[in-house]
Amino acid sequence: MDNMRTKENNAKKHNASRLWGLVFGVLFGFLLQKGGATKYDVIVGQLMLSDFTVVKIMLSAVLTGMIGIYLMKTLGWVELYPKSGSLGSNIIGGLIFGVGFALLGYCPGTIAGAIGNGYLDAMMGGLAGIIIGSGIFAEVYPKLKSGILKKGDFGNVTLPQLFKVNDWVVVVPVAVLILFLLIWIDRAGL
Amino acid sequence: MELLKEIRWSPYAVGIGIGVLSWFSFLISKEPISCSTSFARLSGVIERFFRGKQVELKPYYREIKLVLDWQGLLVMGIVIGSLISALLSGDFHLQLVPSLWATVFGNLPAPRLISALLGGACLGFGARWAGGCTSGHGISGTLQLTVSSWISAIFFFIGGILTAQILFKVIG
Repeated sequence: MDNMRTKENNAKKHNASRLWGLVFGVLFGFLLQKGGATKYDVIVGQLMLSDFTVVKIMLSAVLTGMIGIYLMKTLGWVELYPKSGSLGSNIIGGLIFGVGFALLGYCPGTIAGAIGNGYLDAMMGGLAGIIIGSGIFAEVYPKLKSGILKKGDFGNVTLPQLFKVNDWVVVVPVAVLILFLLIWIDRAGL
Repeated sequence: MELLKEIRWSPYAVGIGIGVLSWFSFLISKEPISCSTSFARLSGVIERFFRGKQVELKPYYREIKLVLDWQGLLVMGIVIGSLISALLSGDFHLQLVPSLWATVFGNLPAPRLISALLGGACLGFGARWAGGCTSGHGISGTLQLTVSSWISAIFFFIGGILTAQILFKVIG
Protein backbone atom coordinates (compact mmCIF):
# COMPACT_ATOMS: atom_id res chain seq x y z
CA MET A 1 0.00 0.00 0.00
CA ASP A 2 2.72 2.39 1.04
CA ASN A 3 4.73 1.35 -1.94
CA MET A 4 1.84 2.17 -4.26
CA ARG A 5 1.38 5.55 -2.63
CA THR A 6 5.06 6.37 -3.08
CA LYS A 7 4.80 5.38 -6.72
CA GLU A 8 1.76 7.60 -7.19
CA ASN A 9 3.49 10.47 -5.46
CA ASN A 10 6.56 10.00 -7.61
CA ALA A 11 4.44 10.02 -10.75
CA LYS A 12 2.73 13.21 -9.61
CA LYS A 13 6.06 14.84 -8.83
CA HIS A 14 7.36 13.75 -12.23
CA ASN A 15 4.37 15.31 -14.01
CA ALA A 16 4.64 18.51 -11.98
CA SER A 17 8.33 18.81 -12.84
CA ARG A 18 7.63 18.14 -16.51
CA LEU A 19 5.00 20.88 -16.49
CA TRP A 20 7.65 23.33 -15.34
CA GLY A 21 9.31 22.59 -18.69
CA LEU A 22 6.21 23.93 -20.42
CA VAL A 23 6.22 27.06 -18.21
CA PHE A 24 9.89 27.77 -18.88
CA GLY A 25 9.32 27.08 -22.58
CA VAL A 26 6.46 29.61 -22.84
CA LEU A 27 8.61 32.28 -21.16
CA PHE A 28 11.66 31.41 -23.29
CA GLY A 29 9.60 31.52 -26.50
CA PHE A 30 8.01 34.80 -25.49
CA LEU A 31 11.45 36.36 -24.88
CA LEU A 32 12.93 34.97 -28.12
CA GLN A 33 10.06 36.46 -30.13
CA LYS A 34 10.30 39.84 -28.38
CA GLY A 35 14.03 39.85 -29.09
CA GLY A 36 13.50 39.17 -32.81
CA ALA A 37 15.39 35.86 -32.58
CA THR A 38 12.52 33.96 -34.18
CA LYS A 39 13.18 35.75 -37.46
CA TYR A 40 15.30 34.49 -40.37
CA ASP A 41 16.42 38.04 -41.23
CA VAL A 42 17.77 38.64 -37.71
CA ILE A 43 19.63 35.32 -37.47
CA VAL A 44 21.12 35.44 -40.95
CA GLY A 45 21.85 39.16 -40.38
CA GLN A 46 23.99 38.05 -37.44
CA LEU A 47 25.85 35.48 -39.54
CA MET A 48 26.39 38.17 -42.22
CA LEU A 49 27.76 40.35 -39.37
CA SER A 50 25.31 43.13 -40.22
CA ASP A 51 22.91 42.76 -37.27
CA PHE A 52 24.31 41.88 -33.83
CA THR A 53 20.97 41.22 -32.08
CA VAL A 54 21.62 37.49 -31.61
CA VAL A 55 25.08 37.98 -30.10
CA LYS A 56 23.73 40.73 -27.80
CA ILE A 57 20.97 38.42 -26.56
CA MET A 58 23.31 35.46 -26.09
CA LEU A 59 26.09 37.37 -24.33
CA SER A 60 23.65 39.13 -21.96
CA ALA A 61 22.03 35.78 -21.18
CA VAL A 62 25.39 34.10 -20.53
CA LEU A 63 26.62 37.00 -18.36
CA THR A 64 23.44 37.05 -16.25
CA GLY A 65 23.07 33.30 -16.11
CA MET A 66 26.72 32.61 -15.26
CA ILE A 67 26.88 35.03 -12.32
CA GLY A 68 23.59 33.81 -10.83
CA ILE A 69 24.28 30.13 -11.30
CA TYR A 70 27.83 30.25 -9.92
CA LEU A 71 26.52 32.29 -6.98
CA MET A 72 23.89 29.63 -6.29
CA LYS A 73 26.51 26.91 -6.75
CA THR A 74 28.78 28.60 -4.20
CA LEU A 75 25.81 28.76 -1.80
CA GLY A 76 25.15 25.07 -2.42
CA TRP A 77 21.70 25.65 -3.96
CA VAL A 78 22.32 24.16 -7.40
CA GLU A 79 24.70 21.79 -9.11
CA LEU A 80 26.10 22.06 -12.62
CA TYR A 81 25.31 19.82 -15.59
CA PRO A 82 28.30 20.22 -17.91
CA LYS A 83 28.13 18.21 -21.14
CA SER A 84 31.05 15.97 -21.97
CA GLY A 85 32.77 16.46 -25.28
CA SER A 86 35.74 15.88 -27.53
CA LEU A 87 37.51 17.76 -30.28
CA GLY A 88 36.07 15.35 -32.89
CA SER A 89 32.57 15.86 -31.58
CA ASN A 90 32.49 19.58 -30.83
CA ILE A 91 34.60 20.94 -33.70
CA ILE A 92 33.25 18.82 -36.56
CA GLY A 93 29.70 18.72 -35.18
CA GLY A 94 29.88 22.46 -34.54
CA LEU A 95 30.89 23.17 -38.13
CA ILE A 96 28.15 20.92 -39.61
CA PHE A 97 25.64 22.63 -37.31
CA GLY A 98 26.94 26.02 -38.45
CA VAL A 99 26.35 25.15 -42.13
CA GLY A 100 22.78 24.20 -41.27
CA PHE A 101 22.36 27.29 -39.08
CA ALA A 102 23.11 29.56 -42.07
CA LEU A 103 21.18 27.57 -44.69
CA LEU A 104 18.09 27.26 -42.53
CA GLY A 105 18.34 30.60 -40.73
CA TYR A 106 16.99 29.16 -37.48
CA CYS A 107 18.38 26.89 -34.77
CA PRO A 108 16.52 24.14 -32.88
CA GLY A 109 15.21 26.54 -30.21
CA THR A 110 14.40 29.47 -32.47
CA ILE A 111 12.75 27.26 -35.10
CA ALA A 112 10.13 26.37 -32.48
CA GLY A 113 9.70 30.12 -31.95
CA ALA A 114 9.59 30.72 -35.72
CA ILE A 115 6.78 28.17 -36.06
CA GLY A 116 4.82 30.03 -33.37
CA ASN A 117 5.52 33.25 -35.24
CA GLY A 118 3.85 31.82 -38.38
CA TYR A 119 6.93 31.20 -40.52
CA LEU A 120 6.10 28.44 -42.97
CA ASP A 121 9.66 27.84 -44.19
CA ALA A 122 10.46 26.81 -40.60
CA MET A 123 7.42 24.59 -40.31
CA MET A 124 7.47 22.91 -43.72
CA GLY A 125 11.15 22.87 -44.66
CA GLY A 126 13.24 23.27 -41.55
CA LEU A 127 11.36 21.03 -39.14
CA ALA A 128 11.27 18.17 -41.64
CA GLY A 129 14.99 18.67 -42.26
CA ILE A 130 15.91 18.53 -38.56
CA ILE A 131 13.87 15.35 -38.13
CA ILE A 132 15.59 13.74 -41.14
CA GLY A 133 19.08 14.88 -40.07
CA SER A 134 18.59 13.62 -36.50
CA GLY A 135 17.28 10.30 -37.84
CA ILE A 136 20.32 9.87 -40.11
CA PHE A 137 22.57 10.51 -37.11
CA ALA A 138 20.79 7.84 -35.04
CA GLU A 139 21.36 5.44 -37.95
CA VAL A 140 25.12 6.08 -38.25
CA TYR A 141 25.74 6.62 -34.52
CA PRO A 142 27.08 3.10 -33.83
CA LYS A 143 29.82 3.69 -36.43
CA LEU A 144 30.81 7.10 -35.02
CA LYS A 145 30.42 6.35 -31.34
CA SER A 146 33.84 5.05 -30.41
CA GLY A 147 35.72 6.56 -33.36
CA ILE A 148 35.51 10.20 -34.42
CA LEU A 149 33.19 11.21 -31.55
CA LYS A 150 35.86 10.13 -29.04
CA LYS A 151 38.83 11.77 -30.83
CA GLY A 152 40.45 14.21 -28.42
CA ASP A 153 38.06 13.32 -25.61
CA PHE A 154 38.21 15.67 -22.63
CA GLY A 155 35.09 14.66 -20.70
CA ASN A 156 32.60 16.97 -19.00
CA VAL A 157 35.16 19.41 -17.68
CA THR A 158 34.49 23.10 -16.94
CA LEU A 159 37.06 25.88 -17.32
CA PRO A 160 37.66 26.26 -13.53
CA GLN A 161 38.22 22.48 -13.32
CA LEU A 162 40.54 22.53 -16.34
CA PHE A 163 42.69 25.30 -14.82
CA LYS A 164 42.32 23.76 -11.32
CA VAL A 165 41.28 27.09 -9.79
CA ASN A 166 38.41 28.43 -7.69
CA ASP A 167 35.27 29.05 -9.82
CA TRP A 168 35.38 32.81 -9.31
CA VAL A 169 38.93 33.06 -10.68
CA VAL A 170 37.34 32.27 -14.07
CA VAL A 171 33.84 33.72 -13.58
CA VAL A 172 35.01 37.26 -12.81
CA PRO A 173 37.38 37.70 -15.80
CA VAL A 174 34.87 36.07 -18.19
CA ALA A 175 32.14 38.39 -16.88
CA VAL A 176 34.37 41.44 -17.39
CA LEU A 177 35.34 40.23 -20.87
CA ILE A 178 31.70 39.73 -21.91
CA LEU A 179 30.77 43.13 -20.51
CA PHE A 180 33.57 44.85 -22.46
CA LEU A 181 32.61 42.93 -25.60
CA LEU A 182 28.98 44.09 -25.25
CA ILE A 183 30.04 47.70 -24.68
CA TRP A 184 32.40 47.54 -27.65
CA ILE A 185 29.69 46.11 -29.95
CA ASP A 186 27.27 48.79 -28.77
CA ARG A 187 29.79 51.66 -29.20
CA ALA A 188 30.68 50.39 -32.68
CA GLY A 189 27.00 50.89 -33.55
CA LEU A 190 26.58 47.24 -34.57
CA MET B 1 0.58 45.73 -20.23
CA GLU B 2 1.66 48.14 -22.95
CA LEU B 3 5.13 46.60 -22.72
CA LEU B 4 3.75 43.17 -23.71
CA LYS B 5 2.26 44.67 -26.90
CA GLU B 6 5.55 46.10 -28.12
CA ILE B 7 6.98 44.35 -31.19
CA ARG B 8 10.59 44.47 -30.05
CA TRP B 9 12.34 44.60 -26.72
CA SER B 10 15.95 45.59 -26.22
CA PRO B 11 18.21 42.58 -26.89
CA TYR B 12 19.93 43.25 -23.56
CA ALA B 13 16.60 43.05 -21.68
CA VAL B 14 15.74 39.83 -23.52
CA GLY B 15 19.17 38.35 -22.78
CA ILE B 16 18.97 39.24 -19.09
CA GLY B 17 15.47 37.70 -19.02
CA ILE B 18 16.80 34.44 -20.52
CA GLY B 19 19.67 34.47 -18.01
CA VAL B 20 17.25 34.86 -15.09
CA LEU B 21 15.07 32.11 -16.59
CA SER B 22 18.10 29.81 -16.54
CA TRP B 23 18.56 30.44 -12.78
CA PHE B 24 15.06 29.18 -12.13
CA SER B 25 15.35 26.18 -14.46
CA PHE B 26 18.46 25.08 -12.53
CA LEU B 27 16.84 25.83 -9.19
CA ILE B 28 13.34 24.41 -9.74
CA SER B 29 13.77 21.77 -12.45
CA LYS B 30 17.47 20.92 -12.07
CA GLU B 31 17.62 21.13 -15.87
CA PRO B 32 19.60 23.47 -18.12
CA ILE B 33 17.55 24.93 -20.98
CA SER B 34 18.28 22.94 -24.14
CA CYS B 35 16.24 21.95 -27.19
CA SER B 36 17.80 19.79 -29.87
CA THR B 37 17.51 16.31 -28.34
CA SER B 38 13.72 16.66 -28.48
CA PHE B 39 13.89 16.78 -32.28
CA ALA B 40 15.92 13.56 -32.27
CA ARG B 41 13.29 11.96 -30.03
CA LEU B 42 10.53 13.17 -32.36
CA SER B 43 12.44 11.63 -35.27
CA GLY B 44 12.64 8.32 -33.40
CA VAL B 45 8.94 8.43 -32.50
CA ILE B 46 8.01 8.98 -36.17
CA GLU B 47 10.28 6.10 -37.21
CA ARG B 48 8.74 3.90 -34.49
CA PHE B 49 5.27 4.71 -35.87
CA PHE B 50 6.25 3.27 -39.26
CA ARG B 51 8.69 0.51 -38.29
CA GLY B 52 7.47 -0.58 -34.87
CA LYS B 53 8.91 -1.04 -31.39
CA GLN B 54 12.27 -2.39 -32.63
CA VAL B 55 13.29 1.21 -33.36
CA GLU B 56 13.65 1.75 -29.61
CA LEU B 57 16.51 -0.75 -29.64
CA LYS B 58 18.72 1.45 -31.83
CA PRO B 59 21.77 2.37 -29.73
CA TYR B 60 21.14 6.11 -29.98
CA TYR B 61 17.49 5.85 -28.93
CA ARG B 62 18.51 3.60 -26.02
CA GLU B 63 20.66 6.45 -24.81
CA ILE B 64 18.20 9.34 -25.22
CA LYS B 65 14.95 7.32 -24.63
CA LEU B 66 11.90 8.01 -26.79
CA VAL B 67 9.77 9.74 -24.18
CA LEU B 68 8.07 13.12 -23.86
CA ASP B 69 10.15 14.67 -21.10
CA TRP B 70 10.76 18.10 -19.55
CA GLN B 71 12.69 19.25 -22.61
CA GLY B 72 9.97 18.10 -25.02
CA LEU B 73 7.45 20.24 -23.15
CA LEU B 74 9.94 23.11 -23.11
CA VAL B 75 10.11 23.05 -26.93
CA MET B 76 6.31 22.97 -27.19
CA GLY B 77 6.22 25.87 -24.74
CA ILE B 78 8.53 27.88 -27.01
CA VAL B 79 6.02 27.57 -29.87
CA ILE B 80 3.20 28.75 -27.58
CA GLY B 81 5.21 31.59 -25.98
CA SER B 82 6.35 32.94 -29.33
CA LEU B 83 2.78 32.73 -30.67
CA ILE B 84 1.44 34.67 -27.65
CA SER B 85 4.12 37.33 -28.00
CA ALA B 86 3.53 37.69 -31.76
CA LEU B 87 -0.27 37.87 -31.38
CA LEU B 88 -0.06 40.47 -28.59
CA SER B 89 2.09 42.78 -30.71
CA GLY B 90 0.40 42.07 -34.04
CA ASP B 91 3.68 40.58 -35.32
CA PHE B 92 2.17 37.21 -36.32
CA HIS B 93 2.50 36.66 -40.07
CA LEU B 94 2.11 33.57 -42.22
CA GLN B 95 5.22 33.93 -44.32
CA LEU B 96 7.04 31.43 -46.52
CA VAL B 97 9.93 33.41 -47.99
CA PRO B 98 11.79 35.71 -45.57
CA SER B 99 12.54 39.17 -46.99
CA LEU B 100 16.35 38.93 -46.72
CA TRP B 101 16.26 35.66 -48.69
CA ALA B 102 13.87 37.21 -51.26
CA THR B 103 16.14 40.20 -51.94
CA VAL B 104 18.92 37.86 -53.11
CA PHE B 105 17.22 34.67 -54.32
CA GLY B 106 13.77 35.92 -55.28
CA ASN B 107 10.26 35.21 -54.09
CA LEU B 108 9.80 31.63 -55.33
CA PRO B 109 8.90 29.23 -52.50
CA ALA B 110 10.72 26.13 -53.83
CA PRO B 111 14.35 27.34 -53.50
CA ARG B 112 13.69 28.61 -49.98
CA LEU B 113 11.99 25.37 -48.93
CA ILE B 114 14.88 23.31 -50.32
CA SER B 115 17.47 25.44 -48.50
CA ALA B 116 15.44 25.15 -45.29
CA LEU B 117 15.17 21.37 -45.69
CA LEU B 118 18.88 20.92 -46.41
CA GLY B 119 19.83 23.36 -43.68
CA GLY B 120 17.53 21.63 -41.22
CA ALA B 121 19.12 18.27 -42.04
CA CYS B 122 22.65 19.64 -41.39
CA LEU B 123 21.41 21.35 -38.23
CA GLY B 124 19.80 18.21 -36.83
CA PHE B 125 22.75 16.01 -37.79
CA GLY B 126 25.33 18.51 -36.52
CA ALA B 127 23.52 19.12 -33.23
CA ARG B 128 23.61 15.40 -32.48
CA TRP B 129 27.26 15.13 -33.56
CA ALA B 130 28.26 18.05 -31.31
CA GLY B 131 25.95 16.93 -28.49
CA GLY B 132 23.87 20.11 -28.34
CA CYS B 133 22.68 23.27 -30.04
CA THR B 134 22.69 27.05 -29.65
CA SER B 135 20.68 26.80 -26.43
CA GLY B 136 22.13 23.66 -24.79
CA HIS B 137 25.74 24.47 -25.68
CA GLY B 138 25.48 28.12 -26.76
CA ILE B 139 23.69 29.51 -23.70
CA SER B 140 23.28 26.89 -20.93
CA GLY B 141 26.67 25.27 -21.52
CA THR B 142 28.75 28.42 -21.93
CA LEU B 143 27.19 29.99 -18.83
CA GLN B 144 28.35 26.95 -16.84
CA LEU B 145 31.81 27.54 -18.36
CA THR B 146 31.75 24.05 -19.89
CA VAL B 147 34.72 23.42 -22.19
CA SER B 148 32.75 21.33 -24.73
CA SER B 149 30.12 24.07 -24.97
CA TRP B 150 32.55 26.94 -25.56
CA ILE B 151 34.26 24.97 -28.34
CA SER B 152 30.90 24.03 -29.91
CA ALA B 153 29.47 27.56 -29.70
CA ILE B 154 32.56 29.04 -31.36
CA PHE B 155 32.39 26.50 -34.19
CA PHE B 156 28.61 26.99 -34.65
CA PHE B 157 29.37 30.61 -35.48
CA ILE B 158 32.51 29.91 -37.56
CA GLY B 159 30.52 27.42 -39.71
CA GLY B 160 27.50 29.72 -39.82
CA ILE B 161 29.38 32.90 -40.73
CA LEU B 162 31.43 31.19 -43.46
CA THR B 163 28.34 29.52 -44.98
CA ALA B 164 26.30 32.75 -44.89
CA GLN B 165 29.10 34.67 -46.63
CA ILE B 166 29.42 32.00 -49.35
CA LEU B 167 25.64 31.77 -49.78
CA PHE B 168 24.95 35.49 -50.05
CA LYS B 169 28.18 36.89 -51.50
CA VAL B 170 29.47 34.11 -53.76
CA ILE B 171 26.33 32.22 -54.87
CA GLY B 172 23.77 35.02 -54.43
